[in-house]
Amino acid sequence: MIAVFMEIRDGKIKKSSLEALSEAKRRAGELGVETAAVLVGGAVGSLAPGAFALGAARIYLIENKLLADYSSQAYALALAEFVGEAKPAALFFAATAMGRDLAPRVAARLGVGLASDCVKIAVRAGALEFTRPIYAGKAFLRLTLRSTPKLATLRPNMFPLGEAVPGAGEVVKMDVTVPDGAVKGRVAGVIKEDSSEVDVAEADVVVSGGRGLKGPENFTLLRDLAAVFPRAAVGASRSAVDSGWIGHQHQVGQTGKTVSPNLYIAAGISGAIQHLAGMSSSKVIVAVNKDAEAPIFKVADYGIVGDLFEVLPRLKDELKKALAD
Amino acid sequence: MNILVFVKRVPDTESRIRIHHETKSIVEDGLNFVVSPYDEYAVEEALKLREAKGGTVRVLSVGRDESVVVLRKCLAMGADEAFLVKDDSLETYDGLRTARIIARTVERKFAGTDLLLFGKQSMGVDNSQVPAMVAELLGLPQASVVTKLEVEGASATALREIEGGMEKVVLSLPAVVTAQKGLNEPRYETLKGIMAAKKKDIPVIKLEELGLGPDDLVSQVEVIGLDVPAQRQAGKILQGDPAETARELVRLLRAEAKAI
Repeated sequence: MIAVFMEIRDGKIKKSSLEALSEAKRRAGELGVETAAVLVGGAVGSLAPGAFALGAARIYLIENKLLADYSSQAYALALAEFVGEAKPAALFFAATAMGRDLAPRVAARLGVGLASDCVKIAVRAGALEFTRPIYAGKAFLRLTLRSTPKLATLRPNMFPLGEAVPGAGEVVKMDVTVPDGAVKGRVAGVIKEDSSEVDVAEADVVVSGGRGLKGPENFTLLRDLAAVFPRAAVGASRSAVDSGWIGHQHQVGQTGKTVSPNLYIAAGISGAIQHLAGMSSSKVIVAVNKDAEAPIFKVADYGIVGDLFEVLPRLKDELKKALAD
Repeated sequence: MNILVFVKRVPDTESRIRIHHETKSIVEDGLNFVVSPYDEYAVEEALKLREAKGGTVRVLSVGRDESVVVLRKCLAMGADEAFLVKDDSLETYDGLRTARIIARTVERKFAGTDLLLFGKQSMGVDNSQVPAMVAELLGLPQASVVTKLEVEGASATALREIEGGMEKVVLSLPAVVTAQKGLNEPRYETLKGIMAAKKKDIPVIKLEELGLGPDDLVSQVEVIGLDVPAQRQAGKILQGDPAETARELVRLLRAEAKAI
């Protein structure tokens, strides 16, 4: 069985977890095994249909009021117990803030290896082969894990979401005891940014700016352009972030986030190696830059050599028209 | 307060990565090695905490002899002591192996540590595995990808980045914390610091001293291949009137690239 941990935020299963479940379903099909979803929380049984719809044959429900809020220690304990009982061949997580925090703890608790931030999973000679970027995508590592279960985190936006078909299956309730004193850290609250803002790593479209924007006030141009799309985010180059023009959570590149949106628009970004590393896996890349020799044009599918202050507002108008059609 | 900071020697971010296909490893010739950038934030945070609360900052690296250079940089920044846990193996890409070495080192050599600071990931391997694994192996709480840290008595409050916001985590010490960009602005070494760091002894801890058996040191990761991605091809370049190029771009994005 390939099991997938379902990350729950704001009472919903995260899309990236459903992507991981979809991928598990495809690989499980090749291996001839079942797919299962693991739901952990206070009272989360009502979310089961969402996981059944993507092909989970079974849902493991670990409900306990001590698990209502995420805690890496308590959740690792719960998942290790799940593995002990259900003995899955593999356990996948989405490579989100929670998945990256939790999966290594589970791996250490079980004494097994972990393939982090995978962008591709294949079945070769009956074994799962994981591909993951290293050096922020300057190279790719293909690996297998010697230990079982095979633990992996899957990068958001890389694995296609399966088609949801209403379905049902078996719900297995599991009791997990969280001993007193076992949990020494707790989440004391979540501070949300402007909720209309999508994280750059999760956005379908990223509109990024660099030194060419000349100042923080001109990020408005990017925000206006991003607002044309339903799930777009504003990104930035390291130099724009280091100049204090925008927060580092927007930084794309080797000391920022690695992104792979459907569309990446780089405006006024020359294209330093460390920036290219963070966005080269985008499906379509557009560059707008005054300098025809800028390295960004070497990786762009479409480039406009021109003044971004003239091009971006017009691009926004044209995109609006096109998307309204 | 006793703080341990873990640092790694990595190629700088402007490096072009080449592959040695026979050994399935990175070609190191010609690369410029630095302290992994996120680790610098960890060192800086440790120094700030020491300035505010007293105590010691010890820096530790697991790796080959060459790692002494990055340890010296941390000493020059102001760390009190530095230690090399000597591990001659090539990069295994297995976080668990490193985490076992570190957890055992802490147990055997650094009992009484209040805070274990790491960078949120090593630049290069990009696993983000070791700190959380060390925390689990030592039974400690953790906060990862932290941009704000406050220590008060025996507890720490951290803000960690999550999608679309921040999570506030309260930890009882000892604890593991991993640093994200934004936590602080790492200081530069002073000339005086560099001179003093040159004179400091960097003790070497051998794996044998840690009582780790072959089973603990075997890598769970089998490297099948290491590839450099196919270069993206330069695409169409549009020049001329801004309105026209914008219109043409949108047409191409829809008709050709099917991106919108």
